[in-house]
Amino acid sequence: MLHVARWKILLVALATVFAVLFTLPNLVPARSLPGWFPGQRLNLGLDLQGGSYLLLEVDTAAYRRARLTNLLEEVRGVLRDEQIATTGLAVRGSGVDVRITDPGQVDRAQRALQTVARPLANGGGSNMNVTTDGQQLRLALSEAGLAAESSEAVNAAIEVIRLRIDSLGTREPTILRQGANRIVVQAPGESDPERLKNLIGRTGRLTFQMVDDTVRPEEAAAGRIPPGSVLLQGANGATPEVVRRRVLVDGANLVRASVGYDQNNSPAVDFRFDGAGARRFGAATTQNVGKRFAIILDEEVISAPSINEPITTGSGQITGGFTAESASDLVALLRGGALPAPLNVEEQRTVGAELGQDAIEAGRISTIVAFVSVLAFMVLAYGFLFGGISVIALVINGLLIVAAMSVTQATLTLPGIAGLILTLAVAVDANVLIYERMREEVRAGRSAMAAMDAGFSRAMVTILDANITTLAAALIMFQFGSGPVRGFAWTLTIGVFTSVFTAVLVTQILLAWWFRATRPKTLPIV
Amino acid sequence: MAWPLIKHLPDKTNFRFVGPARIAAVLSVLAVIASLFFTLYPPRPPCGGLNCGVDFKGGTVLELSTAPRPVDLGAVRGTLDRLGFGDVQVQAFGSPSEALIRFESPAGQNPAQAVTRARGELVRVLGPTNFTRVEVVGPKVSGELFRNGVTALFLAIALMLLYIWFRFGLTFGVGAVVALFHDVILTFGLFAVTNLEFTLTSVAALLTIIGYSMNDTVVVLDRVRENLRKYKKMKLADIIDLSVNETLSRTVVTGVTGLLALGVMAVFGRGVGELFTFSVAMIFGIIIGTYSSIFVAAPVLLLLGVRRGEVETPAQGVTRAQAKAVLERP
Repeated sequence: MLHVARWKILLVALATVFAVLFTLPNLVPARSLPGWFPGQRLNLGLDLQGGSYLLLEVDTAAYRRARLTNLLEEVRGVLRDEQIATTGLAVRGSGVDVRITDPGQVDRAQRALQTVARPLANGGGSNMNVTTDGQQLRLALSEAGLAAESSEAVNAAIEVIRLRIDSLGTREPTILRQGANRIVVQAPGESDPERLKNLIGRTGRLTFQMVDDTVRPEEAAAGRIPPGSVLLQGANGATPEVVRRRVLVDGANLVRASVGYDQNNSPAVDFRFDGAGARRFGAATTQNVGKRFAIILDEEVISAPSINEPITTGSGQITGGFTAESASDLVALLRGGALPAPLNVEEQRTVGAELGQDAIEAGRISTIVAFVSVLAFMVLAYGFLFGGISVIALVINGLLIVAAMSVTQATLTLPGIAGLILTLAVAVDANVLIYERMREEVRAGRSAMAAMDAGFSRAMVTILDANITTLAAALIMFQFGSGPVRGFAWTLTIGVFTSVFTAVLVTQILLAWWFRATRPKTLPIV
Repeated sequence: MAWPLIKHLPDKTNFRFVGPARIAAVLSVLAVIASLFFTLYPPRPPCGGLNCGVDFKGGTVLELSTAPRPVDLGAVRGTLDRLGFGDVQVQAFGSPSEALIRFESPAGQNPAQAVTRARGELVRVLGPTNFTRVEVVGPKVSGELFRNGVTALFLAIALMLLYIWFRFGLTFGVGAVVALFHDVILTFGLFAVTNLEFTLTSVAALLTIIGYSMNDTVVVLDRVRENLRKYKKMKLADIIDLSVNETLSRTVVTGVTGLLALGVMAVFGRGVGELFTFSVAMIFGIIIGTYSSIFVAAPVLLLLGVRRGEVETPAQGVTRAQAKAVLERP
């Protein structure tokens, strides 16, 4: 007891300096600290600073359907190019079936399908294979290949979301993948969650298709539409149009999009195609002067202008009742590109900044009052000396927790504040265990010094057992909890370590100093 | 009054705990049965008698403010009914210009899109409205949160059993786990009877109660083990009484600091739902956890009987030589 190893003193001193330095940015305004000063402030959770949390699920079933439909179109395309007649072209399971009408063409058809199945130059191994059964051919995607592709689609979706949100100018959004097909988006601050949701949730597929003028409106209304065309609704009040299914050019061919103004000075979206897009659009508009084409976003017609002259420059403008906000949202969509698969919002939590401020206020005042009451109680219960020692230990403990939370940038949530208060209250348990054990040992007839020694060594085992159980509970919360609960678990975990550290080491050092200085015969708590 | 106050705690208490434990056992069993009943009845999936929040039930919570104008609660209800939402609850909340709304989206509709429509309509009917909180939990997610919550609770208890088994032997482990089930079930009962909203934070509170109750049980069991080694001839019942008495002052002091801090949190966190629910549950948990360490965990040892060999392993704590020295001291 009299002797405390020098390394322990050094460790406590270092920890205290660390605690004070890294807590400081939370207590004083940032500008009153010199620029070289270390450390960041506490990282407040969305429930405290306000903001939106969105849990999105990539619709992998839809991705799968779309992928197989594309494959079907690809097969149709190569067989048509080879002029091979087919029947019964259809998607079945995870592949495409086709029957070749002329047995003599089967070999050629098989070679053609092989070219579809061949991996792209940069695409690694093939995940498709062609099987032949008489005149029946099948091009199948392997399940592993499909799974890998849909997993890739989730990553691609994250990139698209990132681009879209960045162009919205949201402050420090975090976008994370969660599990196989989920994405978590967290946007702190006072952003409009509905706009965010709208921007993220849209597929964002822009296509240019010809309007089918052969269909009269009353025919369209009666549902009599030719097989090569489709009736699409108009976006925000535009009239529905029957358009040809064939896509002239799509958003993948855009190289630039920006907000502009039309001749009436209302907001519009300027765009430019890449080389291939410009050529295709130029050819289409040359052939169709006088007709109308439709600009379609996610199966809704934005506008359907007439082609007055061939457009070969590769640039154009989309007009159609935009506001400044909706124009810049469309630009964000176009810049990000289309999502590879639809996203569904499965969970949304939005807290207004004002409400967050109320929560911070309630948390702050609870923490301060609870902390002071516990300190006062310890002094009342154990006196200035022993109570005071646990007060010092507890203050260092509190600073260490705040410093550790700031340094690790762990998220402090509202339940986390509850965890902090509870940790500080229960941290004195270690002190109480030690002190009570000392009292018992004195009563059992030991000298002050022997009692202090025994108090420490006996209580130690109990303290460790008791704290390991808390740690276990926290780990489980971390594993199974989400957002705010994880914040709580993290606060609790940090608290367990700092509590054991301060209650044992700080208490030990201070008691040893007191003992060496005064050589007491009795302890003041007995 | 002399100071420090700790001097007023009697040096040595001689309360009988094992005797009244019979009565306590009857009370505990009745309380557990009642809690289970109120938690599970009426048998509405998934939460039974608990007042589940959207976390586990799925659905939408909106908090809105039309300050400085008062909210027309009737208009809010009418609007949502007209939109076809199910189970619409509208209540005043805080000031007259604030309202708390819960509803469930019609089956087959994406709830996040449904809330977009609801917001649009509400703004049209109420005029400028500030939505201070929006929580939407889809059915898939709420099901997962529910399963994860149940798994977490059982896993926590299982982990505690393993740890106590490893440190103290199986009998102690069983005693501790019976006490944990007692605490968890009674806390569920508290939520069911008081109709406090049961959310993710409540699960965190339950896990913390498990941690605290275990902490408390460990302190008592630690002392029982020590005394078993120290007094080889003493009857188990007397050893339990002695151990509980010896640790009583610690139990009181730690319990008081815990209750003090949580009481403060309950008072100052009144307006903030999560903070209040958490502190109320924890206050209950500390009381019940302390009770169960004394009146459940320890008596279970008596019921099962402790083989003295079980606690003889000198691997941890006091060695045989130290124990001897303790016995031989004047």
